[in-house]
Amino acid sequence: MARVVVDVMLKPEILDPQGQAVQRALPRLGFEGISDVRQGKRFELEVDGPVDEAALARIRDLAESFLANTVIEDFTVRVDEVAEAAK
Amino acid sequence: MTARIGVVTFPGSLDDRDTQRAIRLAGAEPVALWHKDKDLKQVDAVVLPGGFSYGDYLRAGAISRFSPVMDTVIEQAKAGLPVLGICNGFQILTEAHLLPGGMLGNDHLHFICRDQKLRVENAETAWTGDYRAGQEIHIPLKNMDGRYVADAYTLDKLEAEGRVVFRYLDFNPNGSLRDIAGITNEAGNVVGLMPHPEHAVEPLIGTGRTDGLPFFTSILKKLVNA
Amino acid sequence: MSRTPLDTVEHAAATPDVELPWAELGLKKDEYERVVEILGRRPTGAELAMYSVMWSEHCSYKSSKVHLRQFGEKAPQSDALLVGIGENAGVVDVGQGYAVTFKVESHNHPSYVEPYQGAATGVGGIVRDIIAMGARPVAVVDPLRFGAADHPDTKRVLPGVVAGIGGYGNCLGLPNIGGEVVFDACYQGNPLVNAGAIGVMRHEDIHLAKASGAGNKVILYGARTGGDGIGGASILASETFDDAKPSKRPAVQVGDPFQEKLLIECTLEAFKEKLVVGIQDLGAAGLSCATSELASNGSGGMRVTLDDVPLRDSTLSPEEILMSESQERMCAVVEPEKVDRFLEICEKWDVIATVIGEVTDGDRLEIFWHGEKIVDVDPRTVAHDGPVYERPYARPDWQDALQADDANKLPRPETSEELKDQVLKLVASPNQASKKWVTQQYDHFVQGNTVLAQPEDSGMIRIDEATGLGVAIATDGNGRYAKLDPYTGAQLALAEAYRNVATTGAKPLAVSDCLNFGSPEDPAVMWQFAEAVRGLADGCRELGTPVTGGNVSLYNQTGEAAIHPTPVVAVLGVIDDVARRTPVAFQEEGQLIYLLGDTREEFGGSAWSQVVHDHLGGLPPAVDLERERLLAEILISASRDGMIDSAHDLSDGGLVQAVVESALLGGIGARLVVPDGLDAFTFLLSESAGRAIVAVPRSEEIRFTDMCGARGLPATRIGVVDGDTVEIQGEFSLTLEELRKAHEETIPALLA
Repeated sequence: MARVVVDVMLKPEILDPQGQAVQRALPRLGFEGISDVRQGKRFELEVDGPVDEAALARIRDLAESFLANTVIEDFTVRVDEVAEAAK
Repeated sequence: MTARIGVVTFPGSLDDRDTQRAIRLAGAEPVALWHKDKDLKQVDAVVLPGGFSYGDYLRAGAISRFSPVMDTVIEQAKAGLPVLGICNGFQILTEAHLLPGGMLGNDHLHFICRDQKLRVENAETAWTGDYRAGQEIHIPLKNMDGRYVADAYTLDKLEAEGRVVFRYLDFNPNGSLRDIAGITNEAGNVVGLMPHPEHAVEPLIGTGRTDGLPFFTSILKKLVNA
Repeated sequence: MSRTPLDTVEHAAATPDVELPWAELGLKKDEYERVVEILGRRPTGAELAMYSVMWSEHCSYKSSKVHLRQFGEKAPQSDALLVGIGENAGVVDVGQGYAVTFKVESHNHPSYVEPYQGAATGVGGIVRDIIAMGARPVAVVDPLRFGAADHPDTKRVLPGVVAGIGGYGNCLGLPNIGGEVVFDACYQGNPLVNAGAIGVMRHEDIHLAKASGAGNKVILYGARTGGDGIGGASILASETFDDAKPSKRPAVQVGDPFQEKLLIECTLEAFKEKLVVGIQDLGAAGLSCATSELASNGSGGMRVTLDDVPLRDSTLSPEEILMSESQERMCAVVEPEKVDRFLEICEKWDVIATVIGEVTDGDRLEIFWHGEKIVDVDPRTVAHDGPVYERPYARPDWQDALQADDANKLPRPETSEELKDQVLKLVASPNQASKKWVTQQYDHFVQGNTVLAQPEDSGMIRIDEATGLGVAIATDGNGRYAKLDPYTGAQLALAEAYRNVATTGAKPLAVSDCLNFGSPEDPAVMWQFAEAVRGLADGCRELGTPVTGGNVSLYNQTGEAAIHPTPVVAVLGVIDDVARRTPVAFQEEGQLIYLLGDTREEFGGSAWSQVVHDHLGGLPPAVDLERERLLAEILISASRDGMIDSAHDLSDGGLVQAVVESALLGGIGARLVVPDGLDAFTFLLSESAGRAIVAVPRSEEIRFTDMCGARGLPATRIGVVDGDTVEIQGEFSLTLEELRKAHEETIPALLA
């Protein structure tokens, strides 16, 4: 088993009110020097068998058609190295 | 003769029975459709009702868009079948790419339920023939993810082609770009909007207005006269 | 990881000296000894888990039971009552073959810990109670109480609670049509999140929580069982396993409204096909409660195989599975030949369903784990024979001083200008201000049957499209009144809810309540509780509206400081045709405004005394239930015969608050004249009970006043619907714009 992580973020030009709400709260909590916050989603996929290029390509298809709505969101796909190493 | 209008029930649909009632009050025959069936039972038009299908999990409409019934709806909509998406139905239509753009969480981060003033911008679609262009109407609005977004090119194109069907007036309840409340596809057979016309069809119920009834009489006339 | 032998019934009998952690599970020594006596041996860990949770205050009502009996003993004769106290919710006949079930419950403490999920799961629980009666839920209401409006923690708790109620209820497709939002420093740290629901069914569809018919199958369906809310059971678990695992045991239960929506649809479909013999939802005490309740209310026993319970967390011990409070689960008893069809319906709705046991012809509840018997009890002893306490109670020594601190003696405004300022301050105060910020986060349109919703006096739902038959519900409570005099305070809550139903034109039929109090171990609190219950039971008898069920929430206190005693009363009413309903809003200029009832100098516990003087003392307004009944009859007749176009009950904030609300909602002002015999201050701000204002079309004036005269109800013409100001002749005038700003900007400003 290996873990593949898909991160989904709103496209940079799309307003992210949740991220903004977090950012506005930062000074109140005493955190300075953070100029922007964007909130996204992380999917952890536990994959049976080896994560080869073919498997990654299938996951990219899944991300593009389902996990992300590419009209408004971008995504990245990566193998979770930490989870791999821990085994 | 009358027209048969299908209303799809997805798991988590809420306004399916209300929509059937509105269709009946308009004089058409409502037909219940089930998300697991590809068969549209030979209906003349389809409504995707409001609600929280699949709990709005992942993204509003994202999971329903892949249900068996949608395969047929997408195919037939492209061939001209009139389709109306209300609220969650609008979200499903954008997820299915039958309508451009996408829906995101309201800019104020709260659910909002109110009697919303709208302007009818396009009275030429399959679903708006009984309105006048420029007419101002009140339709209940209730949503969590009602913020319509699209890139500037798409928005300009929608405007230029007259495909913005409804615009919010006086108050933009969710941060939708250019105050867009509803849009149509190029052919005018597919319409999606966030407000709920099926909740404005009886004088005593809800806000007490009937401004939503013309949606259902519009499609009936179009189908019967066709 | 080594594991000690499973604590089976056999093992328990053989090892009488094993000490079990009964104290950690919340049992008292004598309660534990009673369990041993009942069983004739020490309990197994699983049995102890069941007894401890079922004998808790929350499940057994052990402190309140002796008082609550009055609701039954004093219950008025009512043909409307189909199912009374003791079931998941009471059921009332509303005519035309329809029955309505309704109930209010508390989810106070969880909502303080995690406001969003606490409130959300509160809605989920009350809705499952309604489904378990066989009804389709048609509406929810939410009476809410928070600490001071400007306290920083209120800003944490309130938005979370409101978002949770909305997030869950909206997703279920239930219109939210009523409730309250009240602020008072006494609720700091102990917010009251009460949730009510109404359901509708045909008479023949009423279902009860009982397991009958040997051989019938017990089906658990809905969400998988996880480690939610098992609290003390993990102590038992850590005795069974070497490694304690509290970190995996979430204290906060997370609701899944989508799952609940599927559960509603699938249950209703099973009812429709008559597949269900008995049914119970899983709420507090989870499977322990469901199995013991079902078995003890039926004719036989029950055998359950715990291994068959679908789990979310495979490491759960049997004790934990029995105590888990995972949400969105139900338990049905189904005849063997109908099991396949039942499972098919669950499959259709993607709901997991598993046969976990069957009804036996014995009288024991037996539960098995890995083939061994770990529970063997008489289910009645778990579900119904819990301890009953006669807690000592005593009128607190401060009560006299509180009542002697007369609010009628507080300094009153000396000039018209001062009166105007105080009125403006009142309508802008957090308790009197518009709660639109809250209610617009709730869907009140869904299902397409909402006739009236907040801020109307009561919510109203049409239940038959053809005939227009409808039901109305109002919830009210006033902790300030109840603190001054709990007996009268409870009756005032009842009277207000009763009146609120009648002002909309519906006939009050039945009562549910949610009794929120401090610690029953404090004799002063126990006295408040006893007095409030006595007041409510007496009041219900006099008004002819039986209590059909309800909920008690105790221990709402921080240290020594208890909340104000807060009985919240829900009254359900019926209206033959919703077309005749009366709204709060003024409808038409020129209509005459009548004040119904008597106005006395009554300022104890009033909104004015709180807003202007931050004062609580004296006596609450006097109650005259005979008058309330007459007022209600007049309001209902006037509505039915089309004599009035709007009506509003007078309560906290008095007449001026009511007129301002009717004016703002209708967008039309009013000109008022202070009637003879009253001063302007008392006229505008007194909170005398048994009153309402109505707007009468001129053409109906004589008919209306004749009716009031003939029936002996004082009706005083006090003004006319007119213009865009609220004007008190000879005193002051406020524009609707000023009033709207004052009334509507307060809450958003506090919470933004």
